[in-house]
Amino acid sequence: MTDEKRTEGGVPVPVPPAGATSGAPAEFPPASPAGRGMFGNQGTGDVSGFGGLLRQRQQIADSPRPYGGYFDEVRDALEEAYPAFGEAIEHVVVDRGELTLHIRPERIAEVCQVMRDDPALRFELLSSLSGVDYLGADERRLHVVYQLTSMTYRRRVRLEAAVSAEQPHLPSVTAVYPTADWQEREAYDMFGVIFDGHPALTRILMPDDWEGHPQRKDYPLGGVPVEYKGAEIPPPDKRRSYQ
Amino acid sequence: MTSSNYATERETTEGRVFTVTGGDWDDVVSGVDPINEGRIVVNMGPQHPSTHGVLRLILELEGETVREARSVIGYLHTGIEKNLEYRNWVQGSTFVTRMDYLAPIFNETAYSLAVEKLLGITDDVTERANTIRVLMMELNRISSHLVWIATTGMELGAISIMLYGFREREYILEIFELITGLRMNHAYVRPGGVAQDVPDDAIVKIREFLKVMPKRLKEYEDLLSGQPIWLERTKNVAVLDVTACVALGVTGPVLRSAGLAWDLRKTMPYCGYETYEFDVPTHPDGDVWGRYLVRMAEIRESLKLVEQALDRLKPGPVMVSDKKIAWPAQLAIGVDGMGNSLEHVAKIMGQSMESLIHHFKLVTEGFRVPPGQVYVGIESPRGELGVHAVSDGGTRPYRVHYREPSFVNLQALPAMAEGGLIADVIAGGASLDPVMGGCDR
Repeated sequence: MTDEKRTEGGVPVPVPPAGATSGAPAEFPPASPAGRGMFGNQGTGDVSGFGGLLRQRQQIADSPRPYGGYFDEVRDALEEAYPAFGEAIEHVVVDRGELTLHIRPERIAEVCQVMRDDPALRFELLSSLSGVDYLGADERRLHVVYQLTSMTYRRRVRLEAAVSAEQPHLPSVTAVYPTADWQEREAYDMFGVIFDGHPALTRILMPDDWEGHPQRKDYPLGGVPVEYKGAEIPPPDKRRSYQ
Repeated sequence: MTSSNYATERETTEGRVFTVTGGDWDDVVSGVDPINEGRIVVNMGPQHPSTHGVLRLILELEGETVREARSVIGYLHTGIEKNLEYRNWVQGSTFVTRMDYLAPIFNETAYSLAVEKLLGITDDVTERANTIRVLMMELNRISSHLVWIATTGMELGAISIMLYGFREREYILEIFELITGLRMNHAYVRPGGVAQDVPDDAIVKIREFLKVMPKRLKEYEDLLSGQPIWLERTKNVAVLDVTACVALGVTGPVLRSAGLAWDLRKTMPYCGYETYEFDVPTHPDGDVWGRYLVRMAEIRESLKLVEQALDRLKPGPVMVSDKKIAWPAQLAIGVDGMGNSLEHVAKIMGQSMESLIHHFKLVTEGFRVPPGQVYVGIESPRGELGVHAVSDGGTRPYRVHYREPSFVNLQALPAMAEGGLIADVIAGGASLDPVMGGCDR
């Protein structure tokens, strides 16, 4: 969220997002190699020179305290209720009014248990569980994201655990939140994350004999070119991209 | 993983081709001895009139009693989330609207709210745009609940209500057509506002609808509420209490029918819902009957909300003022469909180089969204519809995940069905109101 607002004759004018004003390509370099280069060109098609600029994507950095809102309370309550806090929590990030706790993958089920049961936390509902593949940006590229909701305090917190594609193991949280059952199956189906302790970790959206995990960034979108009014339109992943 | 006897594979010049023949049935029933155990396995769906679309249920029966129920989904999986990653942020609207096809406005609004939060322009969305969003969402909630009452009535043997439900829904679809140009799949709510302003004749039509609908609702209740068969089929059927709902992640009317007044419009408001006056209907019993009452009451609350939204529609812009984000909202119907109005084209081609550049960049390239991730949850007709959107700083979504209430709620079906009668599986499943387009995405 941008706090400062420009005014024009007393009327607030929205601050444009970073990158929208400069017109320069990739103020923030894309996380994946697929997003690099102009017009989908992976080689030397760039004449502006900007395409050669490579900046490492920022590593996850802890936000400074106080975080504001209820975030400090949540962190302190978890620290008090969970003895292994220092070891289990990798980072605490506050961004755009949302709190993200980065958890060591092997600790995720324990943390969820505390988050659900502690009277000062009471995150009764696991709203959503899904995966994100940060290919090329993070060695532990497969992130599993848990959106917890506290119905008692009307709060939301995000937990995030990262595993590598070679060792994609993570304890299942189905014992804490039964609703994670299908959502973990979907994350397994789409990203290949293996949730240890899940009662029946099988594919859910793709056919049982499917090969590969479609939502991974190195899994192609596929598609065939189509002819429209005499011109051949390439499939979506082969079209020019302006990343 | 490997090929099996019901999906043989062969290599062709186009790549590997699977021939799916089905036929896993022998495997499914091999573990059961119907004569000695008295149990049979019944396959219901994926093509079955009572399963609300392509949902497959595998039921293990003892007489008429369901001992085990398992749902199989994925028959309508279309890879929308993956496809979004190959289109720019604005184009995403046209994809997400197709997920839950009975609640397209909710899909679009959740997506737009997430993109706006990523851009940091949530507070810049104009008052009129927010009011129109509320207006459209509540109309959509009514139409979705009408389809629910229509199909559920039909599945439980009340055919007339099906005709009436679809008749009134048609009314709302006509309103949508007037406003967005399309009956379904509108792509009307866009990041930054809505695609275009509401025309005057639509307002007239909505006012007419507000007059007609309460009488029609009364008719439905006259048809169903005192009807002995309807009561028999719904009361104390497929009970799910609050604990079970929260554990299984069930939200929306099903959770409220168990007695917990959890409605994101009240508890975590968005689009200015905190300024409207409406109640959250609940029911103590947590059965199909309660879900019917809650949904009927919700239609009435939505009518209240539509009326309030109409009253506070003040003239003003429907898109954010930032031209680097705002897709041109001056649209008109041309010979080849809807496009930019002639005035807009004349302006960008003849008068303003700057406008032309913005238009060209927006349409071909799209706007950039600063890196980060957000989660936005809204109250759809089926429960919490959540969007987890991740940006890497580019012009396309890095990842968009939909927390679909149909998908999450369907997990509760075995808990409702096991131990009950097979006929109640239909009632219980229908009371969850699953839409498979949303469930499978």
